[in-house]
Amino acid sequence: MTELLALLPSYLTAHLQLTLLALLLSAGISVPLGIAASRITWLEQPSLALAGIIQTVPSLALLAAMVPVLAALDLQSIGFLPAIVGLTLYGVLPVLRNTVTGIAGVDPALREAARGVGMTARQQLLLVELPLAMPVIVAGIRTATVWVVGIATLSTPVGATSLGNYIFSGLQTRNYAAILVGCVAAAGLALLLDGLVRAIEVGLVRRRRGRLAAALGAVAVLYAYAGITLAAPLLGDRERPIVVGAKSFTEQYILSAAIAGWVERETGRPTALLQSLGSLVAFDAVDTGEVDVYVDYTGTIWANEMGRAQIRAGRAEMLDGVRDFLEDGHGMTLAATLGFENTYALTVRAEHAERLGLRTIGDLADHAPRLAIGADVEFFARPEWPAVRDTYGLDFREERAMDASLMYQAAATEEVDVISAYTTDGRIAAYDLRVLEDDRGAIPPYDAILVAGARLAAEAPDVLDALARLEGAIDAERMRSMNLRVDERGEDPATVAAAFVETLSNDRAP
Amino acid sequence: MIQADGLTKRYGDATVVDGFSLNVKAGELVVLLGGSGSGKTTTLKMINRLIEPTAGSVRLDGVDTAELPPHELRRRIGYVFQRIGLFPHMTVGENVAVTPGLLGWPLERTAARVDELLELVELDPALRDRRPSELSGGQQQRVGVARALAAEPRVMLLDEPFGALDPVTRERLQQSFLRIRTRLALTTVFVTHDMTEALTLADRIGVMHDGRLLQLGTPRDLLTRPADDYVDRLMSTPRRQAAVVDALIGGTTAEARS
Repeated sequence: MTELLALLPSYLTAHLQLTLLALLLSAGISVPLGIAASRITWLEQPSLALAGIIQTVPSLALLAAMVPVLAALDLQSIGFLPAIVGLTLYGVLPVLRNTVTGIAGVDPALREAARGVGMTARQQLLLVELPLAMPVIVAGIRTATVWVVGIATLSTPVGATSLGNYIFSGLQTRNYAAILVGCVAAAGLALLLDGLVRAIEVGLVRRRRGRLAAALGAVAVLYAYAGITLAAPLLGDRERPIVVGAKSFTEQYILSAAIAGWVERETGRPTALLQSLGSLVAFDAVDTGEVDVYVDYTGTIWANEMGRAQIRAGRAEMLDGVRDFLEDGHGMTLAATLGFENTYALTVRAEHAERLGLRTIGDLADHAPRLAIGADVEFFARPEWPAVRDTYGLDFREERAMDASLMYQAAATEEVDVISAYTTDGRIAAYDLRVLEDDRGAIPPYDAILVAGARLAAEAPDVLDALARLEGAIDAERMRSMNLRVDERGEDPATVAAAFVETLSNDRAP
Repeated sequence: MIQADGLTKRYGDATVVDGFSLNVKAGELVVLLGGSGSGKTTTLKMINRLIEPTAGSVRLDGVDTAELPPHELRRRIGYVFQRIGLFPHMTVGENVAVTPGLLGWPLERTAARVDELLELVELDPALRDRRPSELSGGQQQRVGVARALAAEPRVMLLDEPFGALDPVTRERLQQSFLRIRTRLALTTVFVTHDMTEALTLADRIGVMHDGRLLQLGTPRDLLTRPADDYVDRLMSTPRRQAAVVDALIGGTTAEARS
């Protein structure tokens, strides 16, 4: 718990930066647009419709969609910017809709009275329409505030730190305390900001000067804090750290922490972690230089990045193909192969395998129509799945996609019968599952490799050298045991990683 | 003072006001009288350009109103609305001070003017910091009159200002208004559908029907020499109502005797 709370200041600050800036931009776009739409009739329907369409896009997808969009525009596509753009778009609708509704709701008799006492169109807007529409506009801002604080937790997979880091890593490493801390902190922040907006509204409407000043003061302090913390890294002339990326599962959390620890120890350079990235986001982040190094798997790059439909390839052949692709196509470096494979494996409960006499995937064919298979959300859409299905003639009763961290639980509680586990996952042993042999080689090789960005080769060859010394440093057994310590014994990935770096250094000591 | 010449308003094919001409002398109070749809309110709004005329012109002190920016014209003309139209987010005092504020009066002058006006419309000065919603209908319309008078206009336009009030309050406000307009020598056009109100207030009455001015004259002219059947029927209503009241009183007396 202490380790968790130690992260709170940095996560909360990052969350506050995202939320406050996105809300400022949302309001800055929506209120003028709403005013324009209430003046220029043809503008109203299209702008509301567009905002409505943006709103119907699932929030996680909207944020993720910003990555390729910004990349196409040659802007920062990983990290703060895609999160800000996505959150701003999300905040636009409630404010825009309420601005339009609020102004439209002003009694026509009062508009006429405003003209009748001699107001110009501008004075009518500023002195009558906006003050009368204000409670409705503020209600829109409050809605946007609560939404944006909540949705900002989804900034984590696009590479922006937020309170979502607690939630994503907590979900993957089954650390429920982390999830709780993230949720409670986000809810608390939402309540605080909503309360401040409400206090400003009350202060304005009821003309409580003191209350208004206090609320505005508090908001100003928050904005100042967010602004200063946001600007500080830009002002300081500090050395840019080596950024180690991680996708959102246990093994990646451990390995990223281990790589960072190893690089610091070997080169003395500062490092930073960017964790819980989406699978494709991680590769793009190295491509654009936001991340300097991360662990990927040959089969993943082969299928996702190289778009090879033919997934049956020998281990060496695939490794060479991936190396050429990285070096020639993207100027990246395949810095090391870590020494283990983390591939998909169809597994069943051991007693179930015993009962049905299952040893290979082929043995499943006869039983499949009575069995349900569970897999992570990616698996059924990946080329491996049709390859496995067609090679072995599998036709399951039901296919259920679920979060990877829940998949093992589902197998243990017999919600599903077969799961596509990961071979290095300690939970295969922990849940007493049996890996069915892929005797016809339908599943491609997934060698763990260190993918390093162009910057390291150009500016930090010492880091590349240190990474190269990790060649073959981790075998499958070691990876499994480290995963198990986090997933089942509830140890912190950083702790496990530190222990590993310690051992490795002692082993390599001359 | 106010010269309307051939004022016409058309919406598509519908003609709402048709060739309305009227000359209101300085200090005179002309009542435009007519039923709903007669075009009386549209006529009134064309005088301060809340509605732009399709044809015709209005001169104010000899100046064509079309030559002034509309907001400047309206700041010079007091306007009292049928639905009162006080701004609910402002206090009574702020409502009264709106037009002086738009004209950029110094704050002390505006404040003194607000006090003066509240007194003039016979309101307790303590009400100046209240919101309009805390006032009765009669009090609200007194504020409406004060707001219209705030920038010391010489011309006042009133659109059925007392129509929504109960008869007792209405009469009190009518009397107040008569005192004010005499004291300030206001040139006034007053729109109503209420015969009694017209007879009580008017120097001259203009009867409107279907967008046309049927007859213009003193109350006495209209009562004694109606120009046509419509005016005749209209003018006889107060007498018929008086007869009903008389009969009721007579009936009650007869009952008491038996």
